[in-house]
Amino acid sequence: MLAQSQPAAVGESSSAALLRVADLRKSFPIKGGLFGRAQAHVKAVDGISFDVRTGETLGIVGESGCGKSTLARLLIQLIEPDTGTIALDGSPMAAGSAALRVLRRQIQMVFQDSYASLNPRLTIEDSITFGLKANGTDRIEAKHRAHAVLDMVGLAPDMFAQRYPHELSGGQRQRVNIARALALGPRLLILDEAVSALDKSVEAQVLNQLQELKQRLDLTYIFISHDLNVVQYISDRVLVMYLGKAIEVGPVQRIYNAPLHPYTRGLLSSRLSMDPRRRVSAAPLSGDPPNPIDPPSGCRFRTRCPIAEPLCAQREPGLVAAGDSHIVACHAQHSGSGHSLAAQA
Amino acid sequence: MLTYFLRRALYTVPIALGVSIVCFALIHLAPGDPLSAVMPEGASQEVVAELRAAYGFDKSLPVQYLTWLRRVLTGDFGYSIMTRRPVLGEVAPAVVNSLILAAAAILIGFLTGLMLGLIAGYNNGTMLDRVVTSVAVTGVSVPHYWLGMVLIVIFAVNLGALPAMGMGTSGSADFAMDWESLRHLILPAISLSVIPAGIIARSVRGTVAEVRKQDFMQTLYAKGLPPRRIFVHVIKNAAPTVLAIMGLQLAQLLGGSILVETVFSWPGTGLLLNTAIFTRDLPILQGTILVLAMFFVFTNLIVDLIQSAFDPRIKRS
Amino acid sequence: MPNLALDDLRAPPTGLRPRSRSFWQTVGRRLARDPVTLTCAAVLLLILLAAIFAPLIAPHDPYRTSMARRLLAVGDHRHWLGTDELGRDLLSRLIYGGRMSLFMGFMPVVLATIIGGTLGVIAGYAGGALNMAIMRLFDIFYAFPSVLLAVAISGVLGAGLVNSLVSLTLVFIPPVARVAESVTTQIRNQDYVEAARATGAASWRIVTGHVLSNVTGPILIYASSLISVSIVIASGLSFLGLGVVPPEPEWGLMLNTLRQAIYIAPLNAILPGVMIFITSMCSNLISDGLRGAMDVKV
Repeated sequence: MLAQSQPAAVGESSSAALLRVADLRKSFPIKGGLFGRAQAHVKAVDGISFDVRTGETLGIVGESGCGKSTLARLLIQLIEPDTGTIALDGSPMAAGSAALRVLRRQIQMVFQDSYASLNPRLTIEDSITFGLKANGTDRIEAKHRAHAVLDMVGLAPDMFAQRYPHELSGGQRQRVNIARALALGPRLLILDEAVSALDKSVEAQVLNQLQELKQRLDLTYIFISHDLNVVQYISDRVLVMYLGKAIEVGPVQRIYNAPLHPYTRGLLSSRLSMDPRRRVSAAPLSGDPPNPIDPPSGCRFRTRCPIAEPLCAQREPGLVAAGDSHIVACHAQHSGSGHSLAAQA
Repeated sequence: MLTYFLRRALYTVPIALGVSIVCFALIHLAPGDPLSAVMPEGASQEVVAELRAAYGFDKSLPVQYLTWLRRVLTGDFGYSIMTRRPVLGEVAPAVVNSLILAAAAILIGFLTGLMLGLIAGYNNGTMLDRVVTSVAVTGVSVPHYWLGMVLIVIFAVNLGALPAMGMGTSGSADFAMDWESLRHLILPAISLSVIPAGIIARSVRGTVAEVRKQDFMQTLYAKGLPPRRIFVHVIKNAAPTVLAIMGLQLAQLLGGSILVETVFSWPGTGLLLNTAIFTRDLPILQGTILVLAMFFVFTNLIVDLIQSAFDPRIKRS
Repeated sequence: MPNLALDDLRAPPTGLRPRSRSFWQTVGRRLARDPVTLTCAAVLLLILLAAIFAPLIAPHDPYRTSMARRLLAVGDHRHWLGTDELGRDLLSRLIYGGRMSLFMGFMPVVLATIIGGTLGVIAGYAGGALNMAIMRLFDIFYAFPSVLLAVAISGVLGAGLVNSLVSLTLVFIPPVARVAESVTTQIRNQDYVEAARATGAASWRIVTGHVLSNVTGPILIYASSLISVSIVIASGLSFLGLGVVPPEPEWGLMLNTLRQAIYIAPLNAILPGVMIFITSMCSNLISDGLRGAMDVKV
């Protein structure tokens, strides 16, 4: 029922790209000075390219301020990119194009703050039916759909449909947000820190529910979080972001068991392990990320990198394949790069 | 910080220009020929021609505005239709008199408002708070021109204690720093001060109560700071908001004084405006409003600058 | 990850399910329980009803002058509240006066709220250049003290009901627009508006469906606080002779004409002001009640 609006030609294989992002850039001006002109630009997303395969969960991790949320907002067309393209099933999503309206409802998002993302003046049902009505569904049909999706996320419609957001718990509200996102029958769901604000026990329930819904509705997820454990649990592949760029992408086992980028290693070792023997094997991250207004030359991570060499300040490493669908942007991993740890060409 | 100061100061220029356009437009808003609005009745042909040329009424509106603006910038506001004297010469002493009244009212209003507000804010939710709050609401609601009449009835008519009209002994328009002038000042100043007093009391109460609810206040109490020192913290945190409200009231007061000045025949801008309106002396009307509005614009500027100097959080870039 | 029991879902949050109330239902219930607001509303209603049914209630013709009965004192056996400088019955004139005075207190605020609110919401939601254009224009009018602006416009246009209505409306539009703009800007950046935009809904639909329901509260609170100001300034304009034209009964105008009699019949002279004061005070207290009632996390 929910998948009815999907076009017939879904990718042939499970590895086909549902979403293709190419060289996406977005910077925000910092205004100042006497006449309020842009003094500088924060490069929030600075040339990022990746694919999301049909049916997978792509985890996106990174410290706060690395551009994760800007990326999410770019993907659902809330803000326009400066350059770069986003293509859904091969159709580019460009502002102003007639196809955008059809395309954008296929990507929906669940926000972090479950309270702020529900209009406090509307009942749960009205919140969910809004998007449907805006897309031309009639009132009665929209109401049926709203009840169906509420049921799907485990909230009894006759108990919750007429309630207001403040009468619900955090977990319940987040389920409503998921239901609202699902109501439009999307194929790709972006979960931007969607469970981060929940209590641990509730977080687990919601995560399990998300897994179940994904199976049931053939969904694809982009799961953005700073919580490495949650990302490991839910993701098939993981993209690591640093200062607006992807620095390592790979299957979840590869990233977690054999991280290649020193940043990924630092990030992983900074989390607490239950097993004391496994704690801190690599040097943990020190210091704060540099200012995104004026990122370091060459490799952006070099200022905090334990294995930085003069080369890293001169040349920016590109994303290069480093094994089975695993790519990394680090000179030390690129043979022939000239880095002392890299294999000689 | 300096950039903010300059930016704020620079922003005053378009506002001031806008205000001047509105004042310029006033004469053209008036029903009838704008020429007749600035022309004494029964003027001779030569005077008519002279005025027409001087005001540039034969030219397009933008040209007229620029001509007018150039004259205003050099201090030439035209001539009063009634007295045939330069407008500036009539407006300037009136502004001084209004300022005297406003200053007195501000002194009373600010002190009363601050005191009431602090008492209420410090006793938030108690009976005392409710009493003070009611007094403040009364102050905000009272028609100040009517309060002026009530004060006249009580102090001038019944008690005969204070004068009801004018500014000095002879009803003259010269304020002297003597007892007689002060006695004339008391009633109008009190009438004019009630609204700002009420508004300031309410905002001080709200701000102080808000500051006292903040987490850092708990820390200060936990640290065992004496109430006197805590009070300093409260004041420091409430100051920017309160200053902003005070500044706005100061400026509003000048405009609001027209009604009170009429009641007490205080020879200020209000009385001047009132007379100008009934004699259709539009040059005087225009000049007075322009001067008062400019005063308001610059008061706002200064208040903003002072406020930003007081509030470390403001960096408004 | 452990599969925990779904206790998050098992029971509704508050045991037995109470009836859900919308924001406005909650506000209404709160107001209905606020004795101060209720009293003030009753007083205003009384004045309003008296004004509407003035021909039935007023003991005398408010226009009939009588040279023989000029300035009769309050408490006169035929004229309970005395007479004015032309011998007209003060009580009747006060009752009739409510018509103009209440109209001039409410109407400019209503008009300004509709016009200023609309422009403010548009400016706030559109942002960018349109916002700049609208708000900078209002900054200019904001640069005049409110009484001065009202007097200036009325003074130039001349006395009369329509002219004072125009000038007061013009005075209130900029501040209402400013409040509407700032609230709208806040709401526009809320996640739920972003979520609505992500559905591809048209702007007008988002504004009517999500923005208006959240900005009307704050705008109404502000507008209600202007009613008292409007009553006082409107009567003030009449007091200056810029509002309603004689012999129409209007509280401010009555105050003006009776002012000459302040030494002879002081009580009569200040009576119309009592009415202005009462309506202004009640409006303010109702506005405060509204503010309190709406300060609910709903």
